[in-house]
Amino acid sequence: MNHSLKLSCIFFTFFFLNTTLSNSQDLLDILESETPKTTEIVSAIFKGTRIANGHSVETRKKGVLEFLISHRFGRVNGGFYQLFGLDESNIRFALEYAVSDNFTLGLGRSSFDKSYDGFVKYRLLQQKTSQNTFPVSVTLVGSMAQKTLRDYPADDKPDFNDRLAYTTQVLIARKFNSAISLQVAPTYIHRNTVPTFQDPHDILALGIGGRMKITNQVSVNAEYFYSFNPIESITPRDAFSISVDIETGGHVFQLMMSNAITMIEKSFITETTGNFFSGDIHLGFNISRAFHLGNKK
Amino acid sequence: MYRAALICICLLFSIIGFSQERYITKQGYISFYSHTPVEDIKAENNQVLSIVDLSTGNVAVTLLMKSFEFEKALMQEHFNENYVESDKYPKASFEGEIQNLKEILDGENGVAAITGDLTVHGITKPITMEGKLKITDDAVNFDGSFMVTVADYEINIPSVVARNIAKEVEVTCKLEHTPYR
Repeated sequence: MNHSLKLSCIFFTFFFLNTTLSNSQDLLDILESETPKTTEIVSAIFKGTRIANGHSVETRKKGVLEFLISHRFGRVNGGFYQLFGLDESNIRFALEYAVSDNFTLGLGRSSFDKSYDGFVKYRLLQQKTSQNTFPVSVTLVGSMAQKTLRDYPADDKPDFNDRLAYTTQVLIARKFNSAISLQVAPTYIHRNTVPTFQDPHDILALGIGGRMKITNQVSVNAEYFYSFNPIESITPRDAFSISVDIETGGHVFQLMMSNAITMIEKSFITETTGNFFSGDIHLGFNISRAFHLGNKK
Repeated sequence: MYRAALICICLLFSIIGFSQERYITKQGYISFYSHTPVEDIKAENNQVLSIVDLSTGNVAVTLLMKSFEFEKALMQEHFNENYVESDKYPKASFEGEIQNLKEILDGENGVAAITGDLTVHGITKPITMEGKLKITDDAVNFDGSFMVTVADYEINIPSVVARNIAKEVEVTCKLEHTPYR
């Protein structure tokens, strides 16, 4: 009898203590403890789908059609006579459509070499924090380019296939904090035809890029591509670009300086000849405008 | 022994009854709406946590800024990245008190007046709101709205988009609480 009374008392004390404690507990603390643990996807590793010339891991959300207008002017060291390169320009128009949040298709046309290009971009993995963390985002890019410039003798017209080149990239990026993101991009480029026998059909390259946010709307990006086995018949240099991203409502403006005049992977990674540090700098810009098609929820 | 047990049971019941003064929801709804001649922007959050203590009239609400869903994905990105800086200030919270709880419990009034402090973007400001409050044994439902001045919370809107975003946005809450054990 005594025993059960004691038990009841212990029970009672326990309950009493428990409720008094939780009563004095702040309501916000209860909410804090009730907050479900969630996995958070790290978004906006880069502002745009390009770091400068090359792709970033970013893809647009489903139903977004992005219209890109890009210019690369001539070399700055052309001097006043060339108005610091502004007399000459390579223009690329492109339409990029996000079929799903992870999958984008793009088509582009560059005035340089009168090239057409198409690409598919697939976001494979995303950086995550909180519950299930994952350190990086990974996006795959496959692109194809066709040169249509008639720079061949009239009696030796190359086949369609002869002028195709393919690029495959694995983009791996990490947002270290809200200001700094870095990306590495192992790249494989294949050409169906090469100018001379010494030139490799297959070129391996590694891209390194990053961004630093200056304000919420402005970031500075840099990008560098190193080729392991460059083309022999010309004297190529590694592509290096610095750009400034300025974001407004539905636009991203990218102003840049680059030693490359082209904007297609197979060209700027392997065919760039300018020496950035002796002034072979092309000023340029990308303007992107996003249109929302369909009802995105 | 029987008396002791009876007392214990009675006390236990009173404790349980007492703890049922608190009502909670984890799937509350809060939306905000910005209207300008250029465009209307609406964002909805369905993962709002809210708790009401009917013994004191105290209320508390928290939500994750990243859980606001916009019609356009880019808006959502800009909202989190550029305006409310969700990486730095992930949560918004409200702590307040129902001013006329007694009237509502007595069935004299169905509209609650709530005052308290709203914290958004790391800035805390006092606000007042009114809304329908319905209290039953197994539910406490609140349905209300209030206006928030964006500049009060030091949220900087760049001049290029200033015409697209209202100076004052309307916040709407639908919180359906159930007993909290």
